Amino acid sequence: MSQPTHKDYAGAKLGMWLFLFTELLLFGGLFLLYAVYLSRYPHEFAAAGREMHLVFGTVNTVILITSSLLVAMAVTAVKRDDHRLAFVLVGGTVVCAAFFLVDKYLEWGTEIGRGIYPGSPRLVAGPAGESVFYSLYYLTTGLHGLHVLIGGILLAVVAVRVGRGSIHAGDYIWLENGALYWHLVDLVWIFIFPLYYLVL
Amino acid sequence: MNTTTHVIGYRTLTAVWLGLMALTALTVWVSRHSLGIGHVWGSLAIAALKGGLVIAFFMHMRYEGRLLRGLLFVTLVTLACFIGLTFFDVLYR
Amino acid sequence: MNPAENMLPAGKGGFWIDTGKTGIASWIFSTDHKRIGLLYFWSVFGFFLVGVLLGLLIRIELMAPGRTIMGPQTYNALFTVHGVVMVFLFIIPGFQGSFGNLVMPIQIGSRDVAFPRLNLFSWWLYIAGAAIILTSLFTGGGPPDTGWTFYLPFSERTGTNVSLAVFGVFIVGFSSILTGVNFVTTIHRLRAEGMTWGRLPLFVWSLYATAWVQILATPILGITLVLIIAERLLGTGLFDPARGGDPLMYQHLFWIYSHPAVYIMILPAMGVVTEIIPVFSRKPIFGYRMIAFSSLAIAAAGSLVWGHHMFTSGMSDTAILVFSFLTFVVAIPSAIKVFNWVSTLYRGSISLEAPMLFALSFILLFSIGGLTGLILGAAATDIHVHDTHFVVGHFHYVIFGGSGFAFFGAMHYWLPKFYGRRYAEKPAILGWGLMFVGFNILYFTMMVLGMEGMPRRYYDYLPEFARLNFVSTMGSWILAVGLAILLVNLFRGLRSGEPVGNNPWGGATLEWSIPTPPPTENFAKEPVVTHGPYDFRGAGIP
Repeated sequence: MSQPTHKDYAGAKLGMWLFLFTELLLFGGLFLLYAVYLSRYPHEFAAAGREMHLVFGTVNTVILITSSLLVAMAVTAVKRDDHRLAFVLVGGTVVCAAFFLVDKYLEWGTEIGRGIYPGSPRLVAGPAGESVFYSLYYLTTGLHGLHVLIGGILLAVVAVRVGRGSIHAGDYIWLENGALYWHLVDLVWIFIFPLYYLVL
Repeated sequence: MNTTTHVIGYRTLTAVWLGLMALTALTVWVSRHSLGIGHVWGSLAIAALKGGLVIAFFMHMRYEGRLLRGLLFVTLVTLACFIGLTFFDVLYR
Repeated sequence: MNPAENMLPAGKGGFWIDTGKTGIASWIFSTDHKRIGLLYFWSVFGFFLVGVLLGLLIRIELMAPGRTIMGPQTYNALFTVHGVVMVFLFIIPGFQGSFGNLVMPIQIGSRDVAFPRLNLFSWWLYIAGAAIILTSLFTGGGPPDTGWTFYLPFSERTGTNVSLAVFGVFIVGFSSILTGVNFVTTIHRLRAEGMTWGRLPLFVWSLYATAWVQILATPILGITLVLIIAERLLGTGLFDPARGGDPLMYQHLFWIYSHPAVYIMILPAMGVVTEIIPVFSRKPIFGYRMIAFSSLAIAAAGSLVWGHHMFTSGMSDTAILVFSFLTFVVAIPSAIKVFNWVSTLYRGSISLEAPMLFALSFILLFSIGGLTGLILGAAATDIHVHDTHFVVGHFHYVIFGGSGFAFFGAMHYWLPKFYGRRYAEKPAILGWGLMFVGFNILYFTMMVLGMEGMPRRYYDYLPEFARLNFVSTMGSWILAVGLAILLVNLFRGLRSGEPVGNNPWGGATLEWSIPTPPPTENFAKEPVVTHGPYDFRGAGIP
């Protein structure tokens, strides 16, 4: 059978970047909707944004940026052949992903407890623009949360492979591509944060 | 695209992390103190700066060849066109 | 001889037998680009036949006013499923999946694509998505009746099984994205030594441009489909005016993908035609650089014109002006291609064999489709014919007369290479002739009907449209007869026709330099390319 006999490192990285482009465009569709509806309902968006819990959002921002640092350091550690450190760093990233999801769960729980969810009586009765804002909020953070989950699982697999030694200084494309995916999750959040939590 | 790898030191990465934290603090501060719709652009500018740091250092783009940079540029321009052209409808309806 | 070998048609060699594995598992779990290409070919072609059948049924219903063979709800489901099957299951994955996979790696001198296992995964995703779409037809509220465009707010309110169908399309879209990623990486990384960008066959250039459209536009379709499902299941109200949403934003998002998607359908077809014409004119291609450039230009400009589907939707006049202008810009690279093909033909030693006939009819039919596109691209005339049968006729001229005919051309041009046997020439030409005549009767009358004001997607119509509708249906039957002759002849030929040599047509691209059928590894040793793709003298072809 035609198995590739050589590893095309640059090709694998190029492929990963192309895939990340598609992720950017996927979220881009939601940002497009956000931009359009913000220009139509600036006051309603500001009022709804004021209701958001800044603490949840800020904590998650700090978690994601820190996890991004950890996985970037893991790449450096593997390149320097420091396996133990790499394993700890990737593991730390996975823990961060879990914390992020817990924080998100608490936040959504709080919002739903206040009667804010798509189609809720409170939103149906309120101004139209606020319902749009919250629907977009749930869709965007939901899709992002799904990516955190996928990224977390991916990095857990990577952590196991680092632990087993099948990812090492000579062959670390799995780690590098997993890290790239994780940075993208961070990158998207960097834009979600001001748009949904800081728009006042 | 060359296949030589560049190792980014822990110190550089940590400095980038500190920068990202500082920018996060700044963007929260700005949102609490500056009023008006103009701060949306301010927040977006800060977010773009943070995104640039993540791409350049965490994602190693600074050390990649011209190809990847060019392709990323094409992608971002495409997204900007999609959003921008839609506004020909939204703004003038 | 074991029984498995008995099942193979005699004369098979190369990748059919050299792995020593036979049976279904050696196909559906194979990472060989040729086997995956044939898997794609047979799957998309199966769906093509389903789509043809549905199309014929639509035409029978429209043959006379009032009820002919089915009720209105069945009719609505029929044109929806015809569109979904033809667009998402046949022509979007068609070229890239089948001929892209079969030919592209060989044309660039590679052993396989960059990510062979991802390639297989793409096919599996395609099959899974197709299975979900098929399931949606027979479960829940029955087949969707929204049209293939799934426009909101209707697609939110209809009781038919839209959510599941849309989810299936989402999966197929994901498959398309992965193929795009795979092909761009392959073309960047796996070109053989000496295969510079300037020596890339123009089919590969067109696949490259197409793959970029797949990468940059398909995610927008993905998110749009997710939004439909959210709208139906969660009641997000993002496109519901009563709750502050804007239904036009759905149309924007949908067409941001679906207009570039027609370039996913047509660009590889142009690539096929660009391969066939120089070979059957015995002349190097005229204007290589301009054709390569125009593929990229069509992909780029074509991504910025989606608004021309919305001229009558209530979009702003400024947007209509901008999108109308940009639409006319796309005509420039398209015309560049047509002029270069015609210039290639000029003073060539033309042999009118089956692939060439399809390529030549592509030029004519695509030109008609393209020029009628300008009528639709100009806002003033579009408002008159919008949502009439004129649009249906125009679209089928581009996608069936263009992409479809090129697909048949590709089948006659490349499949003998992979099967080792060929079809008989005379029945192929007869089939082509009937198809060409039937096609024009079928769709040209539709354009006339549209000009007279017959709306599209209507179940019933005024008595004055009856005569032309009858003529159009007759055309569809002639087309079907031609298609049947063509396919029986082709497939019988591939099974038991005359064996073909390595280079039956005298082509100079790399696939003709290796044995027929190609071995699994394609090249005995890594090729070093020393001449261009249309340099027949350099390739030593008389």
